[in-house]
Amino acid sequence: MASASSLQFKTDAKRVAGDLRHRGLIQTALRKYETSRDLQKSAFQDWQGARQSAAERKWDAINHLDVYLESLTSKLEARGTKVHWATTAEQAREIILGIVREKKARSIIKSKAMTAEEIHLNDALEKAGFSVVESDLGEYIVQLRNEAPYHIVFPAMHLTRGEISALFTEKLGSAPTDNPEDLTMIARNVLRDKYITADVGITGANFAVAETGMISITENEGNARLTAALPKTMITLMGLEKIIPKLSDLALFLPMLATAGAGQAITGYNSMYGGPRQPGEIDGPEEYHVVLIDNSRTHLLADPEQRDALHCIRCGACLNVCPIYRNVGGHAYGTTYSGPVGSVITPHLRGLQEWKHLSQASSLCGACTEACPVKIDLHHHLLQNRRNAMQEKPVWWEKDAFHIFGFLATRPELLRALIPFGRFAQKWFHWIVLGGPLDPAKAWTETRDLPPIAPRTFTDEWRARQRAASRKEASK
Amino acid sequence: MSTATGEKEKIFRRIREALSVPAPYPGQHGAHGPNGTEHPTPVEEFSHWLPKVGDGFDARAELFARNSVQLKSTFHLLPDEAAASRTLAEIAQAESWKNVAAHGNGAAGPSTRAIVTALNLPAVWTDSGYDVREMERCDAGISECDALVAQTGSVLVTSRSAGGRALSVLPPHHVVLARRDQLLGDLPAAFSLLERKYSQSYPSFIGFITGPSRTGDIERILVLGAHGPKKLTILCW
Amino acid sequence: MKVTLFVPCFMNTMYPQAGISIVQVLERLGHTVAYHEDLFCCGQPAFNAGYWDEARTVAGPVVKTLAADPADAIVIGSGSCGAMLKVFYRDLFAGTPLAQEAISVGERTWEFSDFLVTKLGVTDVGARFPAKVTFHDGCHGLRELKVKQQPRRLLEHVAGLELVEMRDSETCCGFGGTFSAKFPAISTAMGEVKCTSAAETEAEYIVSNDSSCLMQIQGLLDRQRKPIKTLHIAEVLARQ
Repeated sequence: MASASSLQFKTDAKRVAGDLRHRGLIQTALRKYETSRDLQKSAFQDWQGARQSAAERKWDAINHLDVYLESLTSKLEARGTKVHWATTAEQAREIILGIVREKKARSIIKSKAMTAEEIHLNDALEKAGFSVVESDLGEYIVQLRNEAPYHIVFPAMHLTRGEISALFTEKLGSAPTDNPEDLTMIARNVLRDKYITADVGITGANFAVAETGMISITENEGNARLTAALPKTMITLMGLEKIIPKLSDLALFLPMLATAGAGQAITGYNSMYGGPRQPGEIDGPEEYHVVLIDNSRTHLLADPEQRDALHCIRCGACLNVCPIYRNVGGHAYGTTYSGPVGSVITPHLRGLQEWKHLSQASSLCGACTEACPVKIDLHHHLLQNRRNAMQEKPVWWEKDAFHIFGFLATRPELLRALIPFGRFAQKWFHWIVLGGPLDPAKAWTETRDLPPIAPRTFTDEWRARQRAASRKEASK
Repeated sequence: MSTATGEKEKIFRRIREALSVPAPYPGQHGAHGPNGTEHPTPVEEFSHWLPKVGDGFDARAELFARNSVQLKSTFHLLPDEAAASRTLAEIAQAESWKNVAAHGNGAAGPSTRAIVTALNLPAVWTDSGYDVREMERCDAGISECDALVAQTGSVLVTSRSAGGRALSVLPPHHVVLARRDQLLGDLPAAFSLLERKYSQSYPSFIGFITGPSRTGDIERILVLGAHGPKKLTILCW
Repeated sequence: MKVTLFVPCFMNTMYPQAGISIVQVLERLGHTVAYHEDLFCCGQPAFNAGYWDEARTVAGPVVKTLAADPADAIVIGSGSCGAMLKVFYRDLFAGTPLAQEAISVGERTWEFSDFLVTKLGVTDVGARFPAKVTFHDGCHGLRELKVKQQPRRLLEHVAGLELVEMRDSETCCGFGGTFSAKFPAISTAMGEVKCTSAAETEAEYIVSNDSSCLMQIQGLLDRQRKPIKTLHIAEVLARQ
């Protein structure tokens, strides 16, 4: 029985795949990215060497996760940060709600955090009566539209300037404008005041440095920097797997994240936070909270075959190169993490049977694995998820079909006897039902022609050749 | 509220149990990785992978200058402090600054104070605290830095070296006062500097600033000044 | 050299000419070609769908027969089947009695163009095909078997042939085996992008080293009544 999620995915994927305008938007955005990415990659002296190093550093981090987490958190705590641990999304929400209630927060400003999407934090805060404003421009836009982000790195990739202008006019009362700079300034002006008046700033984390007890945040706009500078209370929400061993590892990860994720040599602002405002410091939050969340990451950790999926640095490169993503877009996935990495980890994080369809919706082309800066074996993990799903709960008619195919394929003479029937059916019956509801090959023939079974198969041709050759030999 | 210790222990237990089965090392099908967590720092190795940086000050300055053009930051390599002071005054006039924010207790405090004071503009000095709304009204934020990084065209700042967390990001024009000997080659060198300088006690904020604030969130079209400064100027002498 | 040809199921039933062309080219180069009529399928469909037991039913005889085959090399005119034998048999048979044989079969297996260029060191097979062609890189051949330059070097030496590169030649055509039937809308969209890229080159032929890709691409071209035709690289190399 197909899961509700898989039905939603198929419907949305089909709709977007048939929407040339939408596909065109994604295509244009991603082509720009490709050009810059190729430029930055070629500037590296050895991109493949960098990938191997990065993969090794993340292997070290994840395979000694307990040791590094202990180091990270004890160093954070030593300088006044309050560290919180959450196994579930619910616990993480409760922790953060607890903090904002205690602070009697009247206004919360937030910078980009996929983990916050994962736990539906904004919803929970709003239901509890707190106002949260997204400060990243793309996130702010989709927040106004009440939508999920479209892409890990480019939340509003699917929107035109016209749509954004109409949105701002409707929600902010601003004058319509065609100019991206004017639109950006509208958002900047609105958000300026929010930074200054917010009591609580919530951020995500790109990396967490075990050696020095720091949270590293990567961005281009400066909104996370302001979120971490002005409000009295700062909260960082991060998945356990963001750990890297040493501060100097960032010398490799920051440029690789930017190159793979955005086609930049390095992003505009890369900041490391080691605690609240320290004695003698001029400014900064009086309180700093770091909320560490598991939410089934340890479940993925326990699968040694796919553990490397936790190496992900959330760059989005795999999304950008995936031909499925490019043709169905981010929202069709119906879950926080889309694209290839989302298709790999979502079955682990949210249930294999319910989400296995994401691992199935792939041609296994391998572009993702090739693009991944930390060498996660993404497309092979999709295969492994399929195997795990079918081992756990086979789809009976599919299993039977493969069983029958196996029976026939290992009995070539039987197959040879059946092929003329296949030809006959193709020639005399198929054209009648072609593409319609009675067509067994409808999935194909709805949009594509099917080639005919050849009048003589390769085996036929081969045998003919052999006969001709032995006749020739005999006549010598 | 969070039952911090209880949950932490449960999580660690799950982690240790999961890690009791080893995972393959990357790039070596089926092989296992090095034991333990003491690894020689590979940061020097990184220099071999990352984009090449030439040797010597001139090569670095040229690379930093080229990167600045591409990033749309303004880089002035100047002969001395007097030239820096003059250049800053010219910018202040061209942009009609009414007031500025700065810090005066950095490593080059007296020099910075002198340069900023010479502008003859009302100044918000962050050293002993400041009013955010006053800083918000400033036309520029002037700070020192820890280093310039030629490889990426970046400015390295910390809350200790650059007058706090907000000074280098809130005002719409950030001006950096740097010295020639602060111009480093690549990112690994910058991280080595951080370790040498601060490992006894790191500032709570360290930042790499690379160009003015930017966004491509609208149709992937580059717009400067999204939230952080729209302009970044580096005066180096 | 003694070469054993493995013919993928769809090549056997729908594109036998491609298979015959491989035989012709190899024989022209002076090698003897053998073929096991009882080996019909490499087992990839069941494997990709996650039914590894059923895949082993089909692939087991392939491993046993080819392991016992003394030929110098096993050649497959398909990147996807080639990858199955060379890369995935190791995973499929890991921990089974056939584990070692599966690995050794993989080590002796070559994709057709890779065999010619890398193993035999041949780039000119004496072919003639005056036409403008563009090459589509089948994903498995490209990423699992690292086949990229080999077909291009071969095509460059075909007399009269003009090779033009299409934009996104490395982007998947959308076939992906059962994916094309399970997710037909996505598969079709991907195929459309490929057809558009190919059409932009104004080539007369799209050539690839994988008939399954060509089935997908030709299927779309025929439905849309586009004139550009598809050919397996072996068919080009067989022409004189």
